[in-house]
Amino acid sequence: MHELSIANAILDAVREERARLNGPRVIKVGVRIGALAGVDPEALSFGFEVLVKDTDLDPLRLEIESTSRRHECSHCGHVFTVVDYQVNCPDCGSADTRCIGGDELELAYLEVEES
Amino acid sequence: MSRLPLEKKVLSENDRIAGRLRERFQQHQVFCLNFISSPGAGKTSLLERTLERFSPSERVALLTGDIQTDNDARRLARFGFPVKQITTGGTCHLDARMIERALADWPLGSPDTLLIENVGNLVCPSSYDLGEAAKVVVLSVAEGEDKPLKYPAIFFKSELLVLNKTDLLPYVSFDLGKAREYALQVHPGMEIVELSCQTGAGLDDWMKWLARRRESAKDVARASRPLLREHPTPERGRGQDARATTGETPALHRLAPGQE
Repeated sequence: MHELSIANAILDAVREERARLNGPRVIKVGVRIGALAGVDPEALSFGFEVLVKDTDLDPLRLEIESTSRRHECSHCGHVFTVVDYQVNCPDCGSADTRCIGGDELELAYLEVEES
Repeated sequence: MSRLPLEKKVLSENDRIAGRLRERFQQHQVFCLNFISSPGAGKTSLLERTLERFSPSERVALLTGDIQTDNDARRLARFGFPVKQITTGGTCHLDARMIERALADWPLGSPDTLLIENVGNLVCPSSYDLGEAAKVVVLSVAEGEDKPLKYPAIFFKSELLVLNKTDLLPYVSFDLGKAREYALQVHPGMEIVELSCQTGAGLDDWMKWLARRRESAKDVARASRPLLREHPTPERGRGQDARATTGETPALHRLAPGQE
């Protein structure tokens, strides 16, 4: 259950960005979580709600975008989404593919009130 | 209302500290491994068998993380190498700041190998870079062979899978072939070593992997190393007084093996 620590890191990052932007009211923070990130979106949302309550950021909302694992074929260059651990290229059948995404744990955007 | 793109890592603060650690390790040619497994898979046993096989002149230091107790540090301190326990007091993983704090008074340049035993947990430690050269995941045959599919993050991020407790294979329904297949599905090309800390079978393969990996890390460090070393002469005297400590200053500064 490290989702609480991660929720905390998100709140810290929002505060940092808010200060950088001269303190606007932040309404929503968007976070991108990959299938390989090892983070449970539901637990993160729960932890986030608990942590944000009654703080300076309340009622900040969290929106999670889940991303899947992506591979690129070293043979034909085709980029594809990996489903059920099928990492062979669906186009040319090559087993020589490499992971190019899916472990994201990123802040994607902030929605702020215009002053 | 306006939407401002950020494109920033959530754990950027941890990553920043881990980057700083990695730079220090490379600069001082310290090879660092991060051992991760579920509780009871045999991380401490693997480290015990490893230390047993090291000659006393090896310059090895250990950090071991647990939520409570310094039992593991006590087990590992018996081998004469410096050990420090990190007690997280509830946190389910080690983070880079804990490592930096634990190493604060360690004059880098003395040990050339740092083995970090993470808190027993297959999920959370996978998110936290500790500045290590590689992660090693340990899975015992007393668990389910589908663990790589259930916890893909850690199997994806680890360079080596150690399949431990193979002496129990006759008594459990663990399918070794399936475990390998699943690990390779999650992490194509992953290296796998089968061993038993109980009987010693397979430990030579593990020690070979360790030696090989340590050499390749040295090559990387050499390539990125500054011309002048900051600590040209390591301190003298090592070993006997390696202590298991919880909050106290570690005995790390006492090591200067190979000098005796």
